[in-house]
Amino acid sequence: MGRTLAAKVWDAHVVHRGGSDPDDDLRGAAPDLLYIDLHLVHEVTSPQAFDGLRLAARRLRRPDLTIATEDHNVPTTDIELPIADAVSRTQMETLRRNCAEFGVRLHPMGDLEQGIVHVMGPQLGLTQPGMTVVCGDSHTSTHGAFGALAFGIGTSEVEHVLATQTLPLRPFKTMAVIVQSRDGTLPTGVTSKDIILAVIARIGTGGAAGYILEYRGNVIEQLSMEARMTICNMSIEAGARAGMIAPDATTFAYLAGRPHAPAGAQWDAAMRYWSGLHTDADATFDVQVHVDADALTPFVTWGTNPGQGLPLSERVPDPEQMSDEGERCAARKALAYMGLQPGTPLREIAVDTVFLGSCTNGRIEDLRAAAAVLAGRQVREGVRMLVVPGSMRVRAQAEAEGLHEVFTAAGAQWRSAGCSMCLGMNSDQLAAGERCASTSNRNFEGRQGTGGRTHLVSPLVAAATAIRGTLSSPTDLN
Amino acid sequence: MKAFTRHTGVGVPLRCSDVDTDQIIPAAYLKGVSRTGFQDGLFAAWRAREDFVLNHDAYRNGSVLVAGPDFGTGSSREHAVWALLDYGFRAVISPRFGDIFRGNAGKQGLLAAQCERADVEALWDVLETGPGSEVTVDLVEQTVRAKDLTVDFTIDGYTRWRLLEGLDDIALSLRHARQIDAFEAQRPSWLPTTTT
Repeated sequence: MGRTLAAKVWDAHVVHRGGSDPDDDLRGAAPDLLYIDLHLVHEVTSPQAFDGLRLAARRLRRPDLTIATEDHNVPTTDIELPIADAVSRTQMETLRRNCAEFGVRLHPMGDLEQGIVHVMGPQLGLTQPGMTVVCGDSHTSTHGAFGALAFGIGTSEVEHVLATQTLPLRPFKTMAVIVQSRDGTLPTGVTSKDIILAVIARIGTGGAAGYILEYRGNVIEQLSMEARMTICNMSIEAGARAGMIAPDATTFAYLAGRPHAPAGAQWDAAMRYWSGLHTDADATFDVQVHVDADALTPFVTWGTNPGQGLPLSERVPDPEQMSDEGERCAARKALAYMGLQPGTPLREIAVDTVFLGSCTNGRIEDLRAAAAVLAGRQVREGVRMLVVPGSMRVRAQAEAEGLHEVFTAAGAQWRSAGCSMCLGMNSDQLAAGERCASTSNRNFEGRQGTGGRTHLVSPLVAAATAIRGTLSSPTDLN
Repeated sequence: MKAFTRHTGVGVPLRCSDVDTDQIIPAAYLKGVSRTGFQDGLFAAWRAREDFVLNHDAYRNGSVLVAGPDFGTGSSREHAVWALLDYGFRAVISPRFGDIFRGNAGKQGLLAAQCERADVEALWDVLETGPGSEVTVDLVEQTVRAKDLTVDFTIDGYTRWRLLEGLDDIALSLRHARQIDAFEAQRPSWLPTTTT
């Protein structure tokens, strides 16, 4: 019986098989103990974990498999000045102290590698196929794009990994998300963001709870690494802790030559493992979901969870037409919060803010795509557009390509790297009642600022929306 | 971790689905560097509204939260569990939990009890017709009792065992220290380290 990609990576990391001790039956279904290859750390979910180590007089087992950066709190303007928010500053100073005390490599604000933790790992070549990767952040699923088993953990688990470099985990079920089109390409104007928004709308925010997703099919095979990261990133918004894509020539080409990628004979040895990392032909998934990519169009959210989305060509739905009582209540509440009327064409929804960035869509390809739309055009008067690169390296690359000039000439703000308005832990926030087209991953109530209203969109839709002032795709500009 | 066997306290009906962890504790409250004091952040945006359930005198001192499906989705922030505990909650009941939230709850001694949706609705009815009613959550029996109503809940066997015994997860894993050493000794040399 063949194995899935997820099972192969899982099996290769089992330190202790649950239930294999004579006394294990006392515990019922004992979890497997899995080894963790890479632990990414940031300032928000780590202070209490380091405290826990100190309290229990435990050491950090593998500082050499641990790396930290500052992302959630960092300001994206005036980064050379002291951080104005004293509480944010304390959190970052705490991270710096902890990293110094426990010997953890840290890329602090101002460093070229600093940025969103899920942009940093891949850009350094630290994220590789077949690894287990964890971080105290739910969007760790991003790294699954490399065929890694990567998932977000809570602070107790952060402490657990710091102390043991392992995690006890109960087996997951598997779900295949098969995205296909006639020739493997996507319709014009459709991106990997639209694929994942459509998938979440289909299966719901809890639809993949308890599953590891594997994205497959000819469309996935033709996506770039960055587009794959966008899809895997939002696996958690469907409830899945992890989403994976089998590594292939695209993956290997992306990795080759990166600072931490293996080289020479080590590369060859790695390739022998990597080339077996795919779901066997005779393996089965617990569930399969099929997506016809030829039928996809740009997708946007209208509500307050990522599952409340529709094609841009549709209208705000009428809750009273929904058959499920739970969905109806959730939609009523969402429309009240979003200040929307049923029947309004989504294209007529006016925004005052556009946010281009985040671990979902803050990479160089995202910036290039948006810049191509904005080139020679202007952000509409009354709309502010923030462009926040995912890392300082992405920012530097964009500047080398002249993208920053496109953004600033169009009237957008060119910022430094961080999580920024995705969650508004720094001063990049929406005011109450403000409405934003955002390339980020969550449209929860208050996510981008108390009372702020978020529509999740692709970078292409973000750029077109900035120009027209209402939710739009690039085809609306012609 | 404090052991959990059974708990009796005021039940709070939260008639909402998809209560993501951003609602349980907004990002503005995540800036603390210690483990305590997160109660003010609990449902901060919703508590600003007079009609929110925790603002009713009968429910103010609640310790058993009864919520709709998909409770604790989204962000991995364990602060959501800390905020519930710091406020005084000992158990949350829902037809379905976000995976990471449920894991975090189990590590901290907050019982995440999964009930059938119809049972959650029955509990809501009891708690709304008798505001301030007590609920008993019994981890030994795996039942929830409120007035004349008794319903079952599910929880994975390992978490149940750890909660009943009040066991620290890290200490349990470190019993396998020799196996961890052995695993490390055979890891391939091409795997990356962050130091070189």
